[in-house]
Amino acid sequence: MLGLRLYMFQRISALLMAPFVIGHLAVMIYAIQGGLSAAEILGRTQGSVLWFLFYGTFVVAVSIHGAIGLRSIAFEWGGLKGAALDGFMWLVGLGLIALGARAVWAVTFAQGAGA
Amino acid sequence: MKAAKDITSRAHPLWIAYIVHRLSGLALAIFLPLHFWVLAMAMTDPARLDGFLHLTEASVVKLAEFGLVFLLAVHMFGGLRLMAMEWLPWSAPQKTLAAGATAVSFCIAVLFFIRAI
Repeated sequence: MLGLRLYMFQRISALLMAPFVIGHLAVMIYAIQGGLSAAEILGRTQGSVLWFLFYGTFVVAVSIHGAIGLRSIAFEWGGLKGAALDGFMWLVGLGLIALGARAVWAVTFAQGAGA
Repeated sequence: MKAAKDITSRAHPLWIAYIVHRLSGLALAIFLPLHFWVLAMAMTDPARLDGFLHLTEASVVKLAEFGLVFLLAVHMFGGLRLMAMEWLPWSAPQKTLAAGATAVSFCIAVLFFIRAI
């Protein structure tokens, strides 16, 4: 069961992500040719404000979307309710944002990236 | 009777669309922390990141990637279909859209796979 606010967050984050997912699929199909290497990935992303914004926005949207999605599954299939259900959602959302932000920073502006 | 009704409803293409959407979302959410953790190695341990990326040369990993690309594509197209059903005054072509979402996702995953091998 989702309240209107969570329902809207779920749908808006989904709509926001659609172009990012298409971009991500395109980059993957392009980048996989000839194999993958850290140097190749960092050569594309390092120091790039554009990739930082692309992946940064993507991470925020996917964290919101994933947290609300897993909340629905935990409620419907896991029987989680009340504060435990909301606590679970926040844990997933904040965990994904923290890990995702760290990854985006690592491939764009981190000191020593690509060293 | 209830069992028979359940079987009938679960044989419906849109029940399959629902379960594909749910399971693909669940799998992607489980994969994401691993994905982020490996990428962060660019900062913490670049040599180890390269080690992980070399794993992508293995056929079994390419197959797993094919699966992940398909899950991502089918979750997106399935989600767009769901939002079209909720927000747009469309109803008749839902089953066709569900099938189309799966077909397009499969094409994208195959395209990825043939570039990968």
